This record gives sequence, C-alpha cells and structure tokens, in this order.
Amino acid sequence: MVQLTLPKNSRITRGKVWPKPDGATNVRTFKVYRWNPDDGKTPQVDTYFVDLDTCGPMVLDALIKIKSEIDPTLTFRRSCREGICGSCAMNVDGINTLACIYGMDEVKGDVKIYPLPHMSVVKDLIPDLTHFYAQHASIMPWLETKTNRPAKEWLQSIDDRKKLDGLYECVMCACCSTSCPSYWWNGDRYLGPAALLHAYRWIVDSRDEATGERLDQLEDPFKLYRCHTIMNCTKTCPKGLNPAKSIASIKEMMVERSV
Amino acid sequence: MADSNSDNRPLSPHLTIYRPQMTSISSIFVRITGNALLGATLLLVWWFLAAATSLGAFELASSVITSWFGNVVMILSLWALWYHTLGGLRHLIWDTGRGLELQAAERMGWMMIIGSLVLTALTVFYFLQGV
Repeated sequence: MVQLTLPKNSRITRGKVWPKPDGATNVRTFKVYRWNPDDGKTPQVDTYFVDLDTCGPMVLDALIKIKSEIDPTLTFRRSCREGICGSCAMNVDGINTLACIYGMDEVKGDVKIYPLPHMSVVKDLIPDLTHFYAQHASIMPWLETKTNRPAKEWLQSIDDRKKLDGLYECVMCACCSTSCPSYWWNGDRYLGPAALLHAYRWIVDSRDEATGERLDQLEDPFKLYRCHTIMNCTKTCPKGLNPAKSIASIKEMMVERSV
Repeated sequence: MADSNSDNRPLSPHLTIYRPQMTSISSIFVRITGNALLGATLLLVWWFLAAATSLGAFELASSVITSWFGNVVMILSLWALWYHTLGGLRHLIWDTGRGLELQAAERMGWMMIIGSLVLTALTVFYFLQGV
C-alpha cells in the first residue's frame, strides 16, 4: 500500500560532520546515509570532505577514499569497478545508478548518496535484496524445454539471437526496480521492472518452449499489471536498457494470445 | 548472512530523495487530474440535480459554480479534462508498443502539457465567443 512517509525508526537525522582534509584546495562535499544496526540510533546523514586532487573521478572512487582515509566504518557493496557486477547500485544525486560508472562531474553541488530507495537497510548503503532475488527466481530465469535434448546444442538463428539484445545485458543491480513508485508501494506482489525484463528475456527466446506457462504465470493484477509506464526504470538504468518496453511487450503478448 | 537485526531495519528514503523525472511527473498528473475530475463531475451533478429540484436550490448551486471561485475550479477542471484525455491517448499509443523509447515518451509528456494548455485556452476562447 501507498505510505508516503517513512516509518518512525527510518526518519533521518543530521549526522556527524567529519574533518576536512589538511591542506586540500579542491574539496568536494559528500552527504552519505548512515545506519548502524548495533548503535540503536535512527539513520543519519554524515558529511565528508574529499580532496579531489588525490581522488579518482567516479563516485565509487570517493566512497573508497572516504572508507580508507576518513571513516573505515562506512559500509557499501562494490566489486568490479566497471559497471558489470551491479554491486555498487545506490541513489546518487536523486537517481539510482552504479557508483563506479557515475562521474562526480555529473553532480552539481554536494554529492548526496542514499541506499536504493524503499528498501530494508542492512547497514549504511547496503539494502536487503533477498525479496528482489526471490522475485527474479520466480520467473524461471533459465531455458525451459520439452523436446528432447539435441545432440550438440540448442540452435538459434542470428535474427532470433538479436531479439535478446537489450535484455541479456542486465546485471541485476536493482536500480530500476527500486526507482519505480509502483514497486515502492506494491513491491511485495508487483514483480518490478528487473524481474519482468528477465521474464521477457526468456519469453522471446526462440529456444524456450514454456512461453505459454510463462505468460500464464504473469497474468495477474499485481505481478505484471502494476506497471503504469512511469518509466523511472528506463530513465535510471545504468546499462541503458529499457525495462518499460519489455513490460509493454509482455502486455502486448497477453492481448495477442487472447484475441 | 546474520539476520538478527532484520526486524529493526529502517526503510530507505524514497519519494523525498528521488529526483522528479519528466516521465514520472507527467504520469502522476494523469492520476491527479483523473481523481480531481471526479470532484468536478460531482459539482456538475449537483448543478443538474439542483436544476431538477427547485428554483432556490438551482440558484444556490448556480451562484457557487458561476462565482469567480467556481470559474477558477471549472477552468482548472477543463485543463484537467484535456490533460487526462491526452494522457489516455499516450497510454493508447504505448499499448500499441510505440513511443516507449525514452525520448519519445518524454516528448509526448511535453506535448501533453503544452497541448492541454493550448486546448484549454481554445475551449475557453470558443465559449467566451458564444456568450
């Protein structure tokens, strides 16, 4: 259900202002969401000052610099630093993105960093993605076949393979789903853009033989049809994919098979 | 993963920190105008019912609806009607699988805003001519 305000334990208070680096002339201000499960306090926004002359260009570079030089308790996920693992998904300057491929020069003023929106926070910038992954698992993200296994491999024409472009690139970072107001209000039952894009990826796969079952499973007022084409998903996808279009394509197939 | 604190976890902020997008704002206004039009419709129903009831009832309803405040409400409702209609058309276009690229969707959003204002002005102009 729509709940516009945050629950009491989630309201944000002003946090600590950390000292400025000595002798730095090119300083950028970072305001970062903090929540520690062990100190019994509500979430706070801490202020850090980063010397850009000794820092890489990306938002993740600054976070790593803060963690190694200013505050080792700052907690966030990161791994590949090149936009392929999807770990460092977070809300930077009001949109969801991967911190590793988002340049600080794209942000005007202070760099505000929050965890992915409307998620249960494990610590600082780390959201609990358990439900998100369970939804992905529920759309059967694998090749489902009925005919006998071919001697070598499941073949696909070049044209059919092309239908998967713009779909297979998804790294499951959860930026799109957590940018979607429908997912905020109905994320318990609405599958969200990421899971639906993956559902479509298997629906259009020419080798898959469970298209009917897949569509049956999505024929539900919540799972699919909570999408109102708000398109925050497409706007925010750090990989430039278009989940809104995939969802619209599923809706089209639903109509096509019923007429 | 240790999950001992899972009951106590805060919900990360959402509406208050997410930057409004062209597509999200044009979308929420379709819903807002739709709901507001329900109120406007009730006003008009009151007007018709009053007309069928008695002279006194009609004069009261009419004085409210044609007051300057009533005029403002009706002109806003007129805009809401055009905006909601154009929003509905955008959904029909989307339902055919077209206009789902980001640029096209945003362009249609601007067309809804500008189009609804122009159509409202034209409608007002048309009816003022008739008076």
